[in-house]
Amino acid sequence: MHQKSYRTEYARVHGLGVAHDGVGHWWQQRVSAVGLVFLTPFFLFPFARALGSDHETMVATYQNGWNALVAILFVITAFWHLKLGLQVVIEDYIHDKAVRTVCLVVNTLLTIAFGAAGVFAIASIAFSA
Amino acid sequence: MVELTLPKNSRIRTGKTWPKPKGAKNLRKFQIYRWNPDDGGNPRVDTYFVDTDNCGPMVLDGLIKIKTDIDPTLSFRRSCREGICGSCAMNIGGINTLACIYGMDEVEGDIKIYPLPHMEVVKDLIPDLTHFYAQHASIMPWLETVTPAPEKEWRQSIEDRKKLDGLYECVMCASCSTSCPSYWWNSDRYLGPAALLHAYRWMIDSRDEATGERLDQLEDPFKLYRCHTIMNCTNTCPKGLNPAKAIAEIKKLMIERRM
Repeated sequence: MHQKSYRTEYARVHGLGVAHDGVGHWWQQRVSAVGLVFLTPFFLFPFARALGSDHETMVATYQNGWNALVAILFVITAFWHLKLGLQVVIEDYIHDKAVRTVCLVVNTLLTIAFGAAGVFAIASIAFSA
Repeated sequence: MVELTLPKNSRIRTGKTWPKPKGAKNLRKFQIYRWNPDDGGNPRVDTYFVDTDNCGPMVLDGLIKIKTDIDPTLSFRRSCREGICGSCAMNIGGINTLACIYGMDEVEGDIKIYPLPHMEVVKDLIPDLTHFYAQHASIMPWLETVTPAPEKEWRQSIEDRKKLDGLYECVMCASCSTSCPSYWWNSDRYLGPAALLHAYRWMIDSRDEATGERLDQLEDPFKLYRCHTIMNCTNTCPKGLNPAKAIAEIKKLMIERRM
């Protein structure tokens, strides 16, 4: 019962029409989840082993090409998955258009920035030999 | 943001306790949501007692008994009393279901009845379903064809007809959609499980020629993809259908046509 407008319910349901989008987002979220299932243990194992050791051991761990590659792939996949997931949460719960737009943009920029910082950090160690 | 508390004028107060029927041996206590748009007050919960020796076994029987013998102002929808019209959907003991096929013995303790959640209330247990019906209309719930209609009938194999089982039985009672948190937060844009189940029912009908157009109409982050597989729809469906699976099948078709 929207008493302030005479717009029909059918017009309300159609709204601005169909965005022809969303399939890619949904699929990427699933593919990145599957990727993380495999990448997470391969990332965590050398990381946990080097954790608490001295600086040189940690550097040596990521100067190993395999460890560095897995870590970079993990960071890219995890941050992309995080970006997609947070986007859904924002779209679900924030209804104010202006606040939502700002949150979506900040989400994209921050996850890219943090992901890039992670990749840069690992690459710096890997190429420091 | 999402509202975590009810607005002041929606807060529910304790209402009237109606007198027990005289001479009754077996009483069942009903607590029922009441709201009348004409009296300007807040909603309240009234308490009634029903003599179960003098009443049918279903929750709807109890409601009809209350309306007939105790309080004629109590308002609710009902028609077929056998789970086929979908009119008497309401929240009974915390579950969205049809009052006519839900036994009083299925509820432990007092029978608490509220209208379907997160819908605007017309009066008492009657929710406004205008938007819900418009969503159903938007998915083109009819056979869509380009080929001229055959003289006699569109034929369908027994095997293809079987694909509609578990879908065609939906009576549009709105129990599923109004149990879905995604529908609560975003029903202005998300079509909800009932409309999407019907969309899938027509997509896989072997006689229909508009599957692609039907998919086009749902390819949207809100219309379809607000479903996060919460599964409340399937848990609550009084007809035992599985709207969550139908939605998952639509998502699979969306991927299939890209690969």
